[in-house]
Amino acid sequence: MMRIRDVAVAFALLGVFGQSIRAEGDGQLRLCLRHDPKTFDPLLVQEESSEAIRYLTGGVLVRMNRSTQKPEPELAASWKISPSGRRIDFQLRPGLRFSDGTPFSAEDVAFTFRRMMDPALRSPIGDLFRAGGPVQVKVEGPAKAVLLLPGPIAGVERLLDQVTIMSAHSAQKERAVLGPFVVAEYKSGSHVLLKANPNYWKRDSSGRKLPYLESVRFDLQSNRDLETLRFRRGELHMIHGLDAETFESLNSGSPQMAIDAGPSYDTEMLWFNQVARAPIPSFKKAWFRSSAFRKAISRALNREDIVRLVYRGHAQPAAGPYSSANRLWFNGRIKPDSHAPEEALRALRAEGFRLNREELFDVSGNRVELSLITNAGNKSRARIASLIQDDLVKLGIRVSIVPLDFPSLIERITRTFSYDACLLGLVNVDADPNGQMNVWLSSGVSHQWNPGQPAPETEWEAEIDRLMRSQAATLDFAARKRYFDRVQEIVAREVPFIYLVSRNSLVAVSPRLKGVAPSPMFPQLYWNAERLSLPNTGGR
Amino acid sequence: MTILRKAALAWLLLIFVLGLCADWVVSSGYAQQFREHANAPPSHRFPLGTDELGRDRLARLLHGTRVSLLLAPAAAMAATTIALVLGVSAGYFGGGFAAAILSCTDLVASVPWLFLLLAVRAFLPLDVGPAVSVGITFALLGLFGWASGVRLINACVARAKDSDYVLQCRAAGCSNHRLLFVHIASSLRPVLAAQFWLFIPHFLMAEANLGVLGLGVTEPLPSWGNLIAEIQNVPAVLNAPWRLAPALLLILMLGGFQIVFADKEIGR
Repeated sequence: MMRIRDVAVAFALLGVFGQSIRAEGDGQLRLCLRHDPKTFDPLLVQEESSEAIRYLTGGVLVRMNRSTQKPEPELAASWKISPSGRRIDFQLRPGLRFSDGTPFSAEDVAFTFRRMMDPALRSPIGDLFRAGGPVQVKVEGPAKAVLLLPGPIAGVERLLDQVTIMSAHSAQKERAVLGPFVVAEYKSGSHVLLKANPNYWKRDSSGRKLPYLESVRFDLQSNRDLETLRFRRGELHMIHGLDAETFESLNSGSPQMAIDAGPSYDTEMLWFNQVARAPIPSFKKAWFRSSAFRKAISRALNREDIVRLVYRGHAQPAAGPYSSANRLWFNGRIKPDSHAPEEALRALRAEGFRLNREELFDVSGNRVELSLITNAGNKSRARIASLIQDDLVKLGIRVSIVPLDFPSLIERITRTFSYDACLLGLVNVDADPNGQMNVWLSSGVSHQWNPGQPAPETEWEAEIDRLMRSQAATLDFAARKRYFDRVQEIVAREVPFIYLVSRNSLVAVSPRLKGVAPSPMFPQLYWNAERLSLPNTGGR
Repeated sequence: MTILRKAALAWLLLIFVLGLCADWVVSSGYAQQFREHANAPPSHRFPLGTDELGRDRLARLLHGTRVSLLLAPAAAMAATTIALVLGVSAGYFGGGFAAAILSCTDLVASVPWLFLLLAVRAFLPLDVGPAVSVGITFALLGLFGWASGVRLINACVARAKDSDYVLQCRAAGCSNHRLLFVHIASSLRPVLAAQFWLFIPHFLMAEANLGVLGLGVTEPLPSWGNLIAEIQNVPAVLNAPWRLAPALLLILMLGGFQIVFADKEIGR
């Protein structure tokens, strides 16, 4: 009897508990973050988890619409940039309040910029504004703020998208927000819970208050397989960044949940070490610094096979730093190098290389063999490396694949330069070329093939330096596009980076979730979180 | 010899021979990519199907067996030898010398070997071939895997040192050298054999773990580690259960070793 009673109580509890899980699930968006956010201060954000929280809680003057990739008014009802680009007048929306009820005004904008530009704070977003000199904000009324810049900043709206306005007067400091959600709970290693901001200003076209969702719960989960398992069980509503195998598996079981959102901003590429002081044999430096050699290697690689075998068709051969997902900056005139090993061999022979018993030798008789480093534990990249190895064997080039742990890899490509070639991926968070200045300027630390040059070592790098500075100094989009198109053409000719493929954005979304419009820009699936809804979401 | 032990030995020998004769058993090389037949199911041409790059899974399994089965015993031999030298020295001479050796043993045992391997790999020249890198991997496993055997051998030697037959040898004027290498060593043979057989599966698993992390044997050389790494993708394995072949083989091999060892321990 005792046992039957215990079982009955257990079932009753299960029913109640199950019911409360379902009730809590309604109106609550559930997804994962890879790791704990490092900060909740919106001006100190540097990594993805903190950025996710900042995006959902922060109010900004101007928002980049992730679908159209164009700026839209947000806290600023309108703005006007002066012809010199040094003055931006913002007309703020009146009557807005922070989540704690504190009124929003131009003083908050001034406070935010002052704090952001404080050198003691070392705000990463402040660094982007600070490049030309001091930045000031003048308050010309409760709803009018004027931003004074030392010089024009091309694409300044995309920077404003990253400046979260903080309250100058609230006792809650960064916890008082203007975004659709507010941080309600954070348990380290477990989850972050955001609740709908009761004072959020936006309404939909029918006058209903936004957000539709009652809350957003980020579970902290670094294991991708577990995340996928939880999604399959219905515990999560969305996953982004799926690999092709998992996507195919989801697609075969539940095709309505798996979405191939088309090209992303992410690219796989390899480059050769062109650093003059690199501790590698001088004959290898001679190979790597020859654009004909690099071009021949590029022609020898079969990008279509990488797309087909590694990404199951969910990728595209890449020709440059931007895929077609970047509508504004993509140069459609540049085509990926086609797979032509015979032409590659012919080109190498023209450079003095010769094939002897299926082994390639350079003009001095050195056997052409090189090591290709990549980060360990990335299955897709390991497969790409194997395909590259096999493609280059057909040219008589022996490639040793060396997977390294990430810190060791970074050490080699940024400090010791003791490597031959590197295979890595590029995650383009910023759609604007200004976000890649450090990559393209020869003095840049991210100018991977030969970083930190005191002066450009080649004419084509000097040309790229000039073009990048020109595009950064003008506000004329057409001119900027011309300059950056030319940069992409030079890169396609000189091949400092051998672009391989642009991965597609593979996501999984629960059919219960409405309003999702995947975008290549972060945050890919919840950039319009205030308009996402679940069934039985209560009216607010 | 029991029937089970005979069967286990026969099984181990069969796998060993197949691994050694892999080039004659399968026609395709382990690195050969049949890209038009990627992820193919088992067929007459590819008895275990092909992997994502169109490589013959059976060829890779047999060549991987060769790698793992040749080098794991070599690493086990190295570890057993080091454990023997240190354990005998500590057990025979005792005192502060033994304390020093055993302290070093504890230190080595407490080192997180995975990070050590990562560090060593990061410092190695990049242009070592896959065969050399796999040799280095197993050499490192052998060089750092001896700690568990030292204490056991030390205890055996310490016990033997005070035994009657050793006292008799000393009384008869036996030199230290002869005492150690003839009389005490013969009593250690079962212990050493047991250690050796235990080290083999231990190192096989260690290499498999490294392979799962992408750090073990480098492409295109197959090993059980990088073959087993595939089964992390559970849905893919459920759709293609032949992917479990390397894991199944590893389990059967480890089982075979354990059966052989267990029968030896109880003296049949």
